Amino acid sequence: MNCDVCQQTSATVFLTQIVEGKMQKVNLCEACSKEKGVTNSTGFALADVLLGLGAAQEIERGGGVQKCPACGFSHADFKKTGRLGCARCYDTFAEGLSGLLKGMHKGTVHTGKQPVRAARAFEAQIQLKTLHRELRKAVAEENYESAARLRDQIRRLEVPVPGGAAGTAGVV
Amino acid sequence: MPIHNILTNTGEWLHGDGPHSQIVISSRVRFARNLRGYAFPGWAKRAERLQVLEAVKPRVEELPEMADAYSVFSQDLSVIEKQVLVERHLVSREHAAKGAGSAVVINRSQTLSIMINEEDHLRLQAIRSGLQLQEIFQMIDQADSALEQKLDFAFHPELGYLTACPTNVGTGMRASAMVHLPALVMSEQINQVIQAVNKIGLAVRGLYGEGTEALGNLFQVSNQTTLGEKEEEIIARLQKVIEQIIGHEQNARQILLQKKPNTLLDHVGRGYGILVHAHSMSSKEALNLLSFIKLGIDLQLFPEVCRQPVDQLFIETQPAHLQKGSQRKLAAEERDVLRAEIIRAKLASFPKPEAGRLKWTRPEQGEPEALE
Ligand SMILES: [Zn+2]
Ligand SMILES: [Zn+2]
Repeated sequence: MNCDVCQQTSATVFLTQIVEGKMQKVNLCEACSKEKGVTNSTGFALADVLLGLGAAQEIERGGGVQKCPACGFSHADFKKTGRLGCARCYDTFAEGLSGLLKGMHKGTVHTGKQPVRAARAFEAQIQLKTLHRELRKAVAEENYESAARLRDQIRRLEVPVPGGAAGTAGVV
Repeated sequence: MPIHNILTNTGEWLHGDGPHSQIVISSRVRFARNLRGYAFPGWAKRAERLQVLEAVKPRVEELPEMADAYSVFSQDLSVIEKQVLVERHLVSREHAAKGAGSAVVINRSQTLSIMINEEDHLRLQAIRSGLQLQEIFQMIDQADSALEQKLDFAFHPELGYLTACPTNVGTGMRASAMVHLPALVMSEQINQVIQAVNKIGLAVRGLYGEGTEALGNLFQVSNQTTLGEKEEEIIARLQKVIEQIIGHEQNARQILLQKKPNTLLDHVGRGYGILVHAHSMSSKEALNLLSFIKLGIDLQLFPEVCRQPVDQLFIETQPAHLQKGSQRKLAAEERDVLRAEIIRAKLASFPKPEAGRLKWTRPEQGEPEALE
């Protein structure tokens, strides 16, 4: 049986792990198991090994975009490293990643901790949407007094939340 | 605080006595965090990594918990010093492999360490003795919240904290406990336990050793998934499973004691005999034999004062700890001789195991629940 990673050398390391009730199997040669950190005892996850295999095909299926516009990372790079290039890669390769994440995790939506800053930014966005809707309505109804008030409110909210906008550098 | 202090003093988790510390050596929680707008360390150009380092390191050093911390750039550490930190579980193997552009900050009691530019821009890790998952979660959560006020973390409304590896996305949290399970191994129930734990989405692996081999009967139990569950839910689930594993190990000890007391005495006695008289010992043999001495202490064959020296030996006989005292890198055979010497010296003050004292007082607790 050949190694699942290089497909060349015969496999000597056989791994089985049950993840969420699904059996996953990987066969590796000596060299690849070393490279994937299987033999070093601290924290190897089978998912990491699997990532280099099915994962790259999975994100390729996302079609269209070949490179992340923010960092230049490509499918081929993912295949090599099993890691992504930057935070924006999650949007770039969203389509392909979604299947991968579904198979890998318990759910598909984060329900835990949020940075206060991010939580505030999302709230502001939702509020802005509501205000814009009300503004359109006010204008349509020729209710200029409330339209002026709404415009003021919108202007105040649109002062950028520090670090809130996508793509700005991470240091405040 | 100079590196010397870290190298000569072991941290809280090695001499503390947290809850269930007979079976649970330590609990650990780590958070992975990245800055918005910078490539992940593995993909970033050198200049970009340095920018991140410059932006992050002062913010980390400012944390109240990091007053008088030990803070160092990776390139300023020797290979042996890095390896000592790995053996203490203060930095990851991956981080130890990094050169310029990375750093680590460790608090005084060696319970909190923050790696900069590991696989992610930040890896926050807390470790304490015994089963203290909630406590260390709170500690690391606090440090994270303080950092978040000054650093803009990459966060996605649906996917949560974004990490270099998709296996960490969401909470970015990995919680784990290191457990000592000699009776489950001796009674060949360990695979059953591992399978049951795997089925509920937690991972069990040998702490030392290659592949599935678990040297020293030491295992690490951790959460496998990071997306779709709240941090507190993951911690609570892990806590519950570890309490069940403790119950199973205690059961297995009780049964061995009733049905095979001579097997137990034989393992402990042979372990003691070899450790006290050997003049060359591999790390693998040392871990396996020390495990039986540790069990012997739990079974009252040795007095309680022997516990801490034995726990320390698990770490002090690791390759880098052996070499930190000598001026040069030692060959494997030299290490084996030195290892045997250190063990003999420490065990010289131990009384012989007394078969008559063999006793297992099971801590107050009901029957363990089934693992499924
Ligand atoms: Zn291979
Ligand atoms: Zn990218």
